[in-house]
Amino acid sequence: MLAPALVWWAIFLALPMGLVLATAFFKGGAYGAIIYEPTLRNLERALDPLYVGVLWHSVWLAMLTTAICLVLGYPAAVYIATRASARTRTLLLVLVILPFWTNFLIRTYAWIVLLNREGVVNGALEGLGIVDEPLSLLYNDAAVVLGLVYGYLPLMILPLYAAIERINPEVLEAATDLGARPLRALRTVMLPLIIPGIVAGCVFVFVPSLGNIPVPELLGGGRSEMIGNLINRQFLTTRDWPFGSMLVLALMVLLMALLVLQSFVLRRSRQVGVDG
Amino acid sequence: MNQGIRRALVAVVAAATLAVVAACGGGEESGTAAQEAGPVTLSVLTFNDYIPENLAEEFEKKTGNTLEITYITSNEDGIAKIEGAEPGTYDIAFLTSPFTQGLIAADKVEALDGSKIPNLANLYPEAAELAYDPGNAHSVPYSWGTTGICWRQDLVGDTVVDSWSDLLTPDDNLKGKVTMLDEDRWLLEPALKTLGFSLNTTDADELQQAVDLSIQAKSTLLGYDAETFYSKLVSGEAVAVQGWDGWCNYGTAEEANIQFVIPSEGSDLWVDTLVIPKGSTHIEQAHQFMDFILEPQNGQWVAENILYKVPNKAAMEALDPALLEQFPNMAIPPATLLEQEALEDLGEGQSAFTDAASKVKAG
Repeated sequence: MLAPALVWWAIFLALPMGLVLATAFFKGGAYGAIIYEPTLRNLERALDPLYVGVLWHSVWLAMLTTAICLVLGYPAAVYIATRASARTRTLLLVLVILPFWTNFLIRTYAWIVLLNREGVVNGALEGLGIVDEPLSLLYNDAAVVLGLVYGYLPLMILPLYAAIERINPEVLEAATDLGARPLRALRTVMLPLIIPGIVAGCVFVFVPSLGNIPVPELLGGGRSEMIGNLINRQFLTTRDWPFGSMLVLALMVLLMALLVLQSFVLRRSRQVGVDG
Repeated sequence: MNQGIRRALVAVVAAATLAVVAACGGGEESGTAAQEAGPVTLSVLTFNDYIPENLAEEFEKKTGNTLEITYITSNEDGIAKIEGAEPGTYDIAFLTSPFTQGLIAADKVEALDGSKIPNLANLYPEAAELAYDPGNAHSVPYSWGTTGICWRQDLVGDTVVDSWSDLLTPDDNLKGKVTMLDEDRWLLEPALKTLGFSLNTTDADELQQAVDLSIQAKSTLLGYDAETFYSKLVSGEAVAVQGWDGWCNYGTAEEANIQFVIPSEGSDLWVDTLVIPKGSTHIEQAHQFMDFILEPQNGQWVAENILYKVPNKAAMEALDPALLEQFPNMAIPPATLLEQEALEDLGEGQSAFTDAASKVKAG
C-alpha cells in the first residue's frame, strides 16, 4: 500500500532535493556547465554579507506580509465564521477564493496599472486636487508588501475561518456567563483553540512570500531583490546552477527550521489545551 | 512549496538528466559527422517571432528542404540546448555575437564554406570585419544594433539627454524617471562606459568601481526593466531609459517624441548571427539555409517588422525611406555601429562579471 507513495516521494522529493544538495557543492563552469569537482566556494559566496542581506531582506518582507495578513485576515475570518448568515457566508467565502480564478501574474500587472505615476490612483488623487505631483507608489518595498498581502491574504483567511468555524459558540458563551470580559474570553478561550489555524495561515503566507519571484520583479521594479529572484537568476540568466543550488539549500534550511518551530508551537498549544 | 524552489528543482532535475545524456553521448566528436544528401529536414534554433512566418514555406519551395523550428527564450537557453543535446540535433542556431564567439573558441561550430553562400555579397563590407568572427568564417550576421538612451524629448524640460552619466546622475527633470537594463552584459554598461572602462573587462578593481557607481545610481532609478521599458516611455512613467535601438523603435511607433541616442561615452555593438553547431549531418543544406536567409527580402522583413537594422546592404537599400524617417535609428550607418565596442565572450572571466552584476541587483 505504501509503495506508490514511497516511489512518488523518492522521485519527486528525495531525488531532486538530493540533486540540489549535491550540485551545491560542485563548481560552476562557463555557460552553465557543472564541473564535477567538490568545492566549498558556493557556500563561501552564499555567506557573503551581500547575499545574507538579500535573504534577511526577504525574511523581513515575508514576516511583514504575514503580520499584515494576520491583522487583516483575523477579523474577516471571525466575521465570516460567526456573524454572517449561512447565505452570506457562502458568498463571502466565494469572494475570498475568487481572485484565484485569475492568473497571479495578471493580477500583479493590474497593480502596476493602478499604482504607476500615470496610473489610476495617482490620476484620481491629482484630479481631486489632493496631490500636485504624482506619488511614487510603485517600485519600492511597500509596493512589494502590498502585492504579497494582496496575493496571499486568502491563504490566511481560509485556515483561520476553518479553525474559528469549528469552535462551539457555547464555549464562548460559557466563558461570558462565568464572568469573562470579551477580551479575556478571546485570549484564554478562543486563542488557544485557533492557534493551529493561525500557525497554518502564517506558514501558508510566509513560505510563498519568502520565495516570491514576480512581485518583487514587477512591483519592486527589480530594485530590491528577494531571495527568489536571486535564485531564479542563477538558474535562468547567469546559469550558475551550483551557486543557485547553494542558495536553494539555504532557503530550505530556513524553511525546515520554520516547520520545526511550527510543530513545536502546535504541540505546545495542544498541551495548553489539555492542561488549561 | 514556493515557486523559487520549484523552479530551481525543475532546473536541477533537467541538469542531471542532461549530464547523464551528455555522459552517454560518448564525449568529444572529432571531425565531421557523416553527411546526409538530398532534401532533408533542418532543425533550427531561433527566437520567437524572429523570422518571417512564411520562411519555411519559401525555403522548401526553393530548395526542397523542410524546417523544424525550436524556439529559445535567451542565448543561454540556446547554448544549453546545443550543449545538452546529442551532437547533430540542431543544424542551425541563431545566437548573439558574444555567445557565437564562445562557441567558435570552443570549436563547437562548423567552419563555413563561403563559396556556398553567394549571398554574402549582399552584406555591407563592414559585416566581414566583425571582431568575434572576422571574414564570416564561422557565422553569418542576421541583424545588428547597439544600446543607447531612449528618451521622451517632450517630457524632460530643457534637459539634453546624450550621455550615460545623464542616467547615472540624473538632474531633477529625470530623477526617479529613469530605467536601466538588468541583463548581465548591459547592467554595468552605463557605469563601465562612464568610468572609461571596457565593456569586456574582467578586472576586479574596475568591476568593483562600476558596481559602486551602479549601486549609487539605484536611488534615482524608477527601476530595472529589460522588457517593457518602451511602454514606460509611452505612458510617460519613465522619461529616459537604457534600451536597445530596435526596441526603442517600438516606443517611437506609438509616441513620436521618443528618441534614440548613442551616448557620448560610446556604447556596445551586438550582432545576431547564424551558426552550424558541430555534429550537424546536414551541413550542405544548412549552407543553403544561410544563403537563403541572406536574400534581401528576408533582411527587409526583419528591418520592417522587428525594426532592427540588418547588415544586409541590399535589404537596407530596398527599405522605404519613410521607414527611416519614422525611425531615425534605423539609418545609423554601419560605420557608426562599428565604432561601438563589440561585446566579446568573457570566457573564464564571465563568473567575475556575473558576480559583479549580482552585487548591483542585490546591493
